[in-house]
Amino acid sequence: MSQTNAVSEHGHQRAQAQVKEHGHPRTWEYVQIAVVLAIITGAEVMVYYQEAVRPLIVPILLVLSATKFSLVAMFYMHLKFDNRLFSMFFSGPLVLAFAVMMAVLSLFHRVLLGV
Amino acid sequence: MAEASLAGHLGAHEHETTTGLNHRKVLMWIFLGSECLFFGSLISTYLVYRDRSLVGPFPSDTFDIPYTSVSSFVLLMSSLTMVLALAAGQRRNSGQMRLWLTTTALLGTVFLGGQVYEFTSFVNHGLSLSKNLFGTTFFVLTGFHGAHVTVGVIILLSLVLNSLRGGIKEGETLGIEIAGLYWHFVDVVWIVIFTVVYLLPY
Repeated sequence: MSQTNAVSEHGHQRAQAQVKEHGHPRTWEYVQIAVVLAIITGAEVMVYYQEAVRPLIVPILLVLSATKFSLVAMFYMHLKFDNRLFSMFFSGPLVLAFAVMMAVLSLFHRVLLGV
Repeated sequence: MAEASLAGHLGAHEHETTTGLNHRKVLMWIFLGSECLFFGSLISTYLVYRDRSLVGPFPSDTFDIPYTSVSSFVLLMSSLTMVLALAAGQRRNSGQMRLWLTTTALLGTVFLGGQVYEFTSFVNHGLSLSKNLFGTTFFVLTGFHGAHVTVGVIILLSLVLNSLRGGIKEGETLGIEIAGLYWHFVDVVWIVIFTVVYLLPY
């Protein structure tokens, strides 16, 4: 029983130490982020149809996509405001998935072809 | 404030943990991490076999970018309604929470309907799971994503029903938050698929 209490107390103290002041977005801020996401989606489609930026279309689209990804992860999934452990649980496998993807694409000689 | 935040992490009446984090929330995040690897492998496979089909139809013959853009917009907006549902729950407004949850499920269903129409149209144009490499990799990737959206819609509707029956007490939003994490992830995967599959040029 005393061991259980000690573990609980330890967890309580760690949580208090790790939990930071939560500045969760308000409703209006969620709407603003949605507007930004919609604008970026529109920009992606516009870039797709613009012949002038064709040589740079891959990096442009990847950057826009990564921006949308980050906005949803940080603000809608609250990673920015939550405990850092959640970010680690998500970003670790995400980085691993990306590394495996690059390895597979390299193996099949796809990376240099502007994939 | 720290106490309230701690309660928010753990949920009311939850067993205290060594990390101070709720086990169910940690489990969902770890699950989403595994889903990154799952979809990463499917996307890798699509990219490896991209433009290596010997016979058509090919992506340039098949895709309708304006149509898929609208579909993508619908799914993006469902992420907004999902987070508004959580915010309403945290404000102890169960009615609004149920409204936003229902709206999210509805938008998800609209997206699924769009996918069904799109797949049907592709099949009518001669593209199938076994037609060529493009067909196989495309339908497997987007099919699995669609299956995840379907599961998400079922989860959302079950939350609404549970709330109507009084199963979700006011202010206890951990279940909504965890369902929201799953839903936002499904949206995030589509963000990647839309760019990599539909927009990247051949």
